[in-house]
Amino acid sequence: MDVFSDSANIDTYVTGFLWILKLTAAATVGALVLGVALAAFRVSPIPVLRGFGTAWVNIFRNTPLTLIVFFCYFGLYSALGLTLSDDIDRNNYWLGVVGLSVYTAAFVCEAIRSGINTVPAGQSEAARAIGMSFLQTLRIVILPQAGRAVVAPLGSIFIALAKNATIVGTIGLMESSSAMKDLINANGDAVVPIFLVFAGTFAAVLIPTGYLFGWLANRLAVKR
Amino acid sequence: MTTSEPLIVLEGVNKYFGPLHVLQDVNLSVERGEVVVVIGPSGSGKSTLCRAINRLEPIDAGTITFDGRPLPAEGKPLARLRSEVGMVFQSFNLFAHKTILQNVMLGPVKVRGEKPDAVRERAMKLLERVGIANQADKYPAQLSGGQQQRVAIARALAMQPKALLFDEPTSALDPEMVGEVLDVMTSLAKEGMTMVVVTHEMGFARHAADRVVFMADGQLVEQAAPAEFFDNPKSERARDFLSKILTH
Repeated sequence: MDVFSDSANIDTYVTGFLWILKLTAAATVGALVLGVALAAFRVSPIPVLRGFGTAWVNIFRNTPLTLIVFFCYFGLYSALGLTLSDDIDRNNYWLGVVGLSVYTAAFVCEAIRSGINTVPAGQSEAARAIGMSFLQTLRIVILPQAGRAVVAPLGSIFIALAKNATIVGTIGLMESSSAMKDLINANGDAVVPIFLVFAGTFAAVLIPTGYLFGWLANRLAVKR
Repeated sequence: MTTSEPLIVLEGVNKYFGPLHVLQDVNLSVERGEVVVVIGPSGSGKSTLCRAINRLEPIDAGTITFDGRPLPAEGKPLARLRSEVGMVFQSFNLFAHKTILQNVMLGPVKVRGEKPDAVRERAMKLLERVGIANQADKYPAQLSGGQQQRVAIARALAMQPKALLFDEPTSALDPEMVGEVLDVMTSLAKEGMTMVVVTHEMGFARHAADRVVFMADGQLVEQAAPAEFFDNPKSERARDFLSKILTH
């Protein structure tokens, strides 16, 4: 029960969650940028772009994240030689960010697209009627309203992303779940306390995050 | 205007919604400074006609010419044409996430690339003109329907358009708000704005229109000066329509 009085163990725990935090932050940015671009592709008048967006969503939404992260390591890094950093941990981290981003972007895309469907057709007609181009209409009128309509579902996606980040442990990054496994292996007598501390840390951060997104969703909602 | 060339010319315009032939060989020309009111029963194609003029509805056959040039099919030239033709919708369609002032400024700033400071001044003048300057920082949902529609007119005017299209601008309004919108439209008509107005407001048609166009079943059945049309309609279809709306 004295697992967490050992400073080396505390260090393992903190480092693990710091990786999760960094993975989540970077992949959130990546998934958001990619996802919005994909949503724009999926509603664009250009068939090739629409096809690309649809293919992306179908491929990455329906492939297990573990496989995608594995592919980033064994495919992109080992086989194709894509090195994102000279530091081995940093390299695994960035490979993980790539995997998490391309996977989560598929879900972000679909959320944004359903948001676009909540924007009345009259909004884009009015934008086109004053002479806006397709991209201006999307950027200035449609996406801001679509994004605000899907704050709550985006919150769920990012909460899932934070938990999914533990999968990057499978390619050798000492993130929280790998850290937990190590601690359990070394402290067989304290399995339950260790588990509760790690699970509790996720819950302690993510439950308020859920409420934050709920609050934001209400605050940002477009009044019609 | 010294030039005699009409501003808007529709020739042999045909439009189908699936099997439905909503515009059948429509010919219409609108002079500069003219106010043309389009009336007719629901489903007669009046709104489609109005929306075809800035190509919110593409047509299947015929030509539409605006200011001497045929309507561009798409892309930048079409966007430029639309910026010269103001449009006011039945459901206002103000940008819900922007304030009233931002709604009016958006076109000139984003589409024309004008300086925000100069546009703000012009936008405030327009809002004053339609009587909503004191609501400039509110959002559309905080305004009444009549106020929103007057903002929509100001938004269209901010682009300094050559013509204004009105697609049933008062049909979604509570009765007591119709007047305030029609007042603004009447004053625009008096100032010589070229207007195409689809409406059921017969009073407006009678006192503000230069010409009334009557449509039924996708066809342009009859057109005449308002007094002549209302007092002495030529076609059976128009007499029937007028008898149904004017006897109450």
